[in-house]
Parts: sequence; structure tokens; C-alpha cells
Amino acid sequence: MNRLILIITFLFTFNSTAFSLVEVDITRGNLEPLPIAVSPLYVEPGSKDIKQNEKIIKNVGDEISKVIEVNFRRSGLFNPLKKESFVQNPDIAHVKPRFEDWRLIKTQALITGKVLVTDDKIRVEFRLWDVIAAKEILALAFSTTPNNWRRVAHIISDKVYQRLTGEEGYFDTRIIYVSETGEKTQRYKKLAIMDQDGANVKYLTLGNELVLTPRFSPKNQLVTYMSYFRNLPRVYLLDIETGVQEVVGDFPGMTFAPRFSPDGKKIIMSFAKNGNSDIYTMHLETREVEKITEHTSIDTSPSYSPDGKYICFNSDRSGLQQIYVMRSDGSNVKRITFGKGLYGTPVWSPRGDLIAFTKVHRGKFFIGVMRPDGSGERLLTENFYQEAPSWSPNGRVLIFYRETKSDSEGKGFSAKLWSIDLTGYNERLIKTETDGSDPSWSSLLSK
Amino acid sequence: MKFNINLKNTLIVILASLALTACATQKSGKMTSDIYTGSDTVEYLATGVKDRVFFATNKSTLTTAARDSLRKQAAWMRKKSKVSVTVEGHADERGTREYNLALGEKRANSVKDYLMTYGISGNRISVVSYGKERPVNSGSTPLAWSQNRRSVTVKVD
Repeated sequence: MNRLILIITFLFTFNSTAFSLVEVDITRGNLEPLPIAVSPLYVEPGSKDIKQNEKIIKNVGDEISKVIEVNFRRSGLFNPLKKESFVQNPDIAHVKPRFEDWRLIKTQALITGKVLVTDDKIRVEFRLWDVIAAKEILALAFSTTPNNWRRVAHIISDKVYQRLTGEEGYFDTRIIYVSETGEKTQRYKKLAIMDQDGANVKYLTLGNELVLTPRFSPKNQLVTYMSYFRNLPRVYLLDIETGVQEVVGDFPGMTFAPRFSPDGKKIIMSFAKNGNSDIYTMHLETREVEKITEHTSIDTSPSYSPDGKYICFNSDRSGLQQIYVMRSDGSNVKRITFGKGLYGTPVWSPRGDLIAFTKVHRGKFFIGVMRPDGSGERLLTENFYQEAPSWSPNGRVLIFYRETKSDSEGKGFSAKLWSIDLTGYNERLIKTETDGSDPSWSSLLSK
Repeated sequence: MKFNINLKNTLIVILASLALTACATQKSGKMTSDIYTGSDTVEYLATGVKDRVFFATNKSTLTTAARDSLRKQAAWMRKKSKVSVTVEGHADERGTREYNLALGEKRANSVKDYLMTYGISGNRISVVSYGKERPVNSGSTPLAWSQNRRSVTVKVD
């Protein structure tokens, strides 16, 4: 992964802090997405084509606007309008839009821009216009290597999203997941990574051994996951930039269910010994191991609160799977789920205000959220089988996987990645080349 | 006339029970509450020595039938003093992945513990949990799930 060298220039912006009329209400559902026009970016004369792998990209301005449109449509908060209805040429619109014409097609916001591609550089400039108030509300320019053009599109999407919703975006991010192929009784599983929109898929392992539950570090390009390398199920650490892998700690038995601490310095996980699973942490620099829970029942699926002070986890100490919260030193354990059914896979929102979980009740699987004290339970989606929610870095969207029913030959079986908005609206399939499971969302790549 | 009616009823009862038996065998296997009691998926380590035992949902306790199978495994291992085994613990697909890994480990260890109480050294028994990753029956039915909630004792070469 070549690191993105990004230079952001703030263009001169008129009244950038002034009140603007366009605003997206994100507290309600997404019943009325905001109409937005993404004008194709004007490609300046003398620009080169971009050669990427086998593909040649002739009009990168057009391609960037398409990536932005897909991001916005998938967010559920915006309604990108059809380009056929656009009334102004991209170059002129970028200099001075005729707002009264754009108002005719009922758009409330307009994105314009221009691109210049040289041999080793792409320079992109964009502006966001409030069509109703008839003024510019955001203007930025970026320079990077031409191959990074998709990331430029994602960064523009994030900037616009942030300007219009008041929240950080989640488009310049990646998802690590487990790619699945083969028979249900003998699945081949590989670690795979892709951009949040499904582009740029890369496989990180060969499929020779079973791999499960990869999770991103919130701080850097490290991933922790579980592998059955040499048939010894253990937690591993993988640097996705260098490809270097190492086993985490020296445990005489299965380690599993790993996650990073919010500062990225520790791994928290389960260690199973003599039929009992407890929660441990290991500091990645000092290698210091700490036992956090001590109970004769199963304790697993730990996840830190974003301030690092608390841990939510899954335990069957009450007899059945329930969710508990404790201080990060293991003290003050409290059960928080008392509803009907079983609860698993708790994962703390990056905002800190919610815990997402999987609930099993009457043969159905639900993805839901609740406050860290267990109140305010809301079930977002119900299905035959689904689990393992992971938060977008802004705490707005959950990604999870879903499996379908099959007959005794395995016919009908599939495992797919899905996302859903925190509101319970905007449920979407995330298309992947192969079946997929155990998705984990990265932090924003550029902040 | 009366005789005829009685005969008819008897016949219906007989036919009905025939249908039931047919059903049970056709569906290949049986369950008691939700524990698999059939032998469709079972393989043998030696004559009369079954390689696997079955568990109830979310449980790792050994049933009477499971203990019976395991005593035979222990007797076989006592005779074959050079044999080592791996006990694989498995779960059905109706639980979350991480919990199932823990559950499979718990099941494998309750088998290991039982074999040890019948005189087999712990050094000869390793355990590994596959959670829900390696089902033996791909079906999404209660019967398939009962066949997948299992531990399998595998001879190590």
C-alpha cells in the first residue's frame, strides 16, 4: 500500500463560516434525502490519461464525480441528481454557477471542480455551493499521485458530508473482511481488504489455513485476527503495509476474539484453557499480559469503550449468553442485557454513546443497539442469521454479515456483507467478488 | 358392521404408526429433545468404538449415551497405549462465531476430562475447537444442527 501523499490547500472561500441554508437532518431517518448535483469535474487542457493496472482512465473528472455520487447515494442522506438534467458546463459552473438554473432542477447543493493530471501528479480542486442561498460554502484543493484518484473522490465526499451534516464522514476508509469460497462443510477463508465502496479488493492470505475475525487498529495499519496456522488457533497481528505477521503472545491454548484498545497499544482477547474462556490483554510493546476476567463460564467478545475506561463483553455466567460491562481492570462487572433471548458480539460505538450487538430470539437473529447501561434497546434488522456488527468510524453506520439457509447439500448457502444506518433505515448489500463475513471498518485514512 | 368400523380404526392406527416410523428413518436419524441420537454421521475408531458424541444446544454436558461412547473410547485407548488423539469440539451455525469457538473448546474439554477419569493420560489427548466452522451436515434444520453439535475424537498419527 503506497502511502497517500496529500496536500490540501484551502482555497479562498467567501463567507465560509457564515450561516448557510442547506443542512441535512441526520437525527431522523433518511426519509427525504437532500437533492445534490455533482457536476463532472472539468479536466483541464493538457491533462494526461491515468494508467491504472490494465485500465486507462481518460476522463478522471467524470470518474471522480461518479464515485462521489455512489458514496452519497449509499449514505441514504443524499439524492444525487441525474447528470442529463444538468444545465451548465462543468468549467463555467466551477467558476460561477447560474444558481437560478440549478434551482430549476430542484437541487439544493452543487459540487463543481477541476482536475489537472500530469505524469506524476493529480491536482484536484472542488467547490461546494449552496444553491438556495446562492453562495460558495466550501472550497479545497488536493495534490497526490494519479493512482490515488479514488481516494481524492472519497476525501471530497467526506468534506462535503461533514460540511452538510456537521459530522465527520466515513468514505475515505477501508474494510477488512474474510473472503469465503467452497463447500459449507469445508470453507476456504482468506483475509481480504477493500475500499469502503467495494473497490480495490486485495487478498492478504492464501487460504491455506482458516482465518477469522480480522479487526483494524483504530490508530494505524495493523490488523489483529485469528488463524488456524499449523492447526493451532491463535490471535495474530498483521501489518498490512509490510505484510509481516506475528502471533500475539505465548499462550498454551486457543486465543480468539481479538480487538485493539482505543490507543492501539493493547490487544484484548479471549484465552481458552481447560474448557474455560477468560478475557486477557497483551501490551504490544512491553508484551505484558494481564488477566481481566476470572470466571468459570465463557467470557468472550470483549470491546473497549472509546475512552478506554470500560470493556463490554459476552458471558454465559448467568446460564445463557448475555452482555456485561466492567471497568477496564476487570472490576465492577455489571450485566446490562435483561431482554428476552440471547445477546452476543457487543461492540462499543466510536462515539461512546451506544453498544451494538447481535440478539438471538425465537430462532431469529437481530442486529441492535443500546445504551451502555442496557437501556434504550433498538433492534435495527431481523434475519435468519446475521451477526458481528462493526461501526463506521463516525458511529453512523453498522456493517455486519448475513448467512442464508441451505439444504443438506449446502445449496442455498451464502454469506454476504451488509450495512445499515443507525436509524434502522438504508439497509444495503455490499457487493464482494466472493462470499464474505466478519467485516471490520477502519478509521478515516486521512484526518 | 361394527366389526368393520373397529377394523378400520385399527388399520388407520397401524398405517399412521407405519408412516411415523417411515418418517423417522427417512429423515435419517433421531433426536431426543435436541440431542442427536442417530448414527448417520458417526465413524468408528475401531469395531464398536464411535468417534463422536453429541450435545444439546449451548451445552457441553455429556449425556448418558455420550459417556457410554467415551468409556469405549477410553477402553480402546488403554489397549492401544501408543495412540494419541485430538478431540475436536464443534458447534452448530445458530450461535455467534466467537461464542461458538469458546463452546467448542468447552465441549472438547469435557470429553478430554471424561477420558482422563477413565485412566487416559492428558498427554495423549489434545483438544481443538472449530466453533461453527466445520459442520458435518450443511442443512439448516434442527436435525442437521444436532449432528453438528458434536465432539469428534481423531487418531493422531
